[in-house]
Amino acid sequence: MEHLLQVSNLVTRFHTEGGVVHAVNGISYTLNEGESMAIVGESGSGKSVGVLTLLRLIPMPPGRIENGEVLYRGRDLLKLNNEEMRQVRGREIAMIFQDPMTSLNPVLTVDRQMTEMLRVHMGLNKDQARERAIEMLRLVGVPNAADRLHDYPHQFSGGQRQRIMIAMALTCNPSVLIADEPTTALDVTIQAQIIDLVLRLKEKLGMAIIWITHDLGVVAGMVDKVIVMYAGYVVEQAPVRALYNKTSHPYTLGLLQSLPKVDTKRERQRLIAIEGLPPDLTIKANHCPFAPRCRFAIEQCWQELPPLYEVGPDHYSACFRWEEVNAGMRS
Amino acid sequence: MNETNQTNGTPKQKETLISVRNLKKHFPIARGIFRRVVGHVYAVDGVSFDIRKGETLGMVGESGCGKSTTGRAVLQLLEPTAGEVFYGDQDLTKLKSGDLRRMRRHMQMIFQDPYASLNPRMTVGSIIGEPLDIHNIGTNNERRDRVQELLALVGLNPNFINRYPHEFSGGQRQRIGVARALATNPEFIVCDEPISALDVSIQAQVVNLLDDLKSQLGLTYLFIAHDLSMIRYISDRVAVMYLGKIAELGDVDDVYDHPLHPYTIALLSAIPVPDPDKEAIRKRIILEGDVPNPANPPTGCYFHPRCSHRTDICSQEEPLFRNLGTEQQPHYVACHHAEKFK
Repeated sequence: MEHLLQVSNLVTRFHTEGGVVHAVNGISYTLNEGESMAIVGESGSGKSVGVLTLLRLIPMPPGRIENGEVLYRGRDLLKLNNEEMRQVRGREIAMIFQDPMTSLNPVLTVDRQMTEMLRVHMGLNKDQARERAIEMLRLVGVPNAADRLHDYPHQFSGGQRQRIMIAMALTCNPSVLIADEPTTALDVTIQAQIIDLVLRLKEKLGMAIIWITHDLGVVAGMVDKVIVMYAGYVVEQAPVRALYNKTSHPYTLGLLQSLPKVDTKRERQRLIAIEGLPPDLTIKANHCPFAPRCRFAIEQCWQELPPLYEVGPDHYSACFRWEEVNAGMRS
Repeated sequence: MNETNQTNGTPKQKETLISVRNLKKHFPIARGIFRRVVGHVYAVDGVSFDIRKGETLGMVGESGCGKSTTGRAVLQLLEPTAGEVFYGDQDLTKLKSGDLRRMRRHMQMIFQDPYASLNPRMTVGSIIGEPLDIHNIGTNNERRDRVQELLALVGLNPNFINRYPHEFSGGQRQRIGVARALATNPEFIVCDEPISALDVSIQAQVVNLLDDLKSQLGLTYLFIAHDLSMIRYISDRVAVMYLGKIAELGDVDDVYDHPLHPYTIALLSAIPVPDPDKEAIRKRIILEGDVPNPANPPTGCYFHPRCSHRTDICSQEEPLFRNLGTEQQPHYVACHHAEKFK
């Protein structure tokens, strides 16, 4: 079967005055039509740069895509010219960002920002565009959509702004929606509203989703598969159940063990922190990037980069000792 | 709306260190060229609670609920509009500035943003030593020794004393903030979202450090956070705030396992759990709408416009903050219909 999106061996570096930042070091994954996937990682793991690279939205220079291929419906996005790429962005692959206030233009009304895109991408006239915009705002649950269209972004609350961002992203019926930490700036009750909304819209419109987050909790209930990134590498990739039940990379295990559980009594849990510091991305290590912080590290981990082992159906781990990690998980 | 009956009624319990009674903090809204006051933001609107010696009181709520303002008003970093804050038998709101300054060495604060709360032009040594300077504690040599001792205590290399904040990572900076708070040997520390700016793998390190220091030094914490899972882990008792008031207050396991306020129930159901099997069977309560504007709060119960259990009384009468637990283990809730959830 042909995949909707196939990313192979993507490498992105930033050439800065302070040295070369190895942000993304050869990541590969596939996404099928209507599938939902999460990319989990902490700041500096390369999770955002990875998707910005495939939309060619990283600033160049200092950024440079050094290697890789991004096949979308068989076409390599990295080889398109700017005009062709513009037709893909927003129309085929749309993106929503973490902070809705900085992604909306504060001096333009919501009307201006939404209809502009419809007129450029879909060739609608003013009235048609406005009608479509109102329809989209209703779909994402903005009350009094027809009146509120003429308001400015600051007149909406944080949750409403994120709804507007989602409406804008979905106006052109994209096949892929990339959401970069869309709920991180929001409160839990609003986060629940937005997740609920995105899942309902996915059912209804049938798009594929890439959900980027640092929160392993959010991911558990909403996606089909998960990619865990560390220092620009994919360290584990698994169907969502397997990631939590058959965890096979020490970093994923560490993340899970360092989270307190809201439904467990205090005496029955102890947080096991991942010791040490986040990696320095200006140094390209030729060993396992997680080795300095790893409880399982052995001599071999310091000598070579572990390959992605297939540890189960569609389940991969970049760890020499994945069997021990997996066994330790069960005990 | 007060907890006095309960504290008088249970003399066997741990000694109370801080008593907050009907604390209010209103910020004026000024408009026009004459800066005429046209209204107030009722950031904290009558909260009462006790903090017992050696306990961690968790304070949770969404942004804008007044949890940070409460923390600052307790320490008198913001002058309360009304109410009392007793530290032992002294009312902090009535102290003169000199007396208050002398009290400050007993109560310190750890801030949210480890990037903004450390002066980039000061060395780590002078940052941590500054409280000692201000309170005239020790000679220069003694201060230097104390700073090195503090660095070791929070898990940093004592030789880092002459480095600057930019040389440290987020987690290490937060350790510096902790060391500064501990410099004067305080009894009571307000931790205002101390981990929310940190990465997940670093959060656990800092929380474990705070927990260890508490038992090692016999500290008392007011721990403010919006992360409900972390609050359950770190706290002995918890207060849930909504729009400037406390909705529910009680023993942490009690509140999490048997919540009595519809807001707490919704809040707990909204937290995603890192377990797909549990997520599949969990029922999530999606609250309608947003938190109302604290400059123009709803009538009656502040939560009623978003509450699915509301009746007529909820929009007319403000609910009392009453104890539905036992005398030994009080569980306070401000809801007309709380009995329904027992």
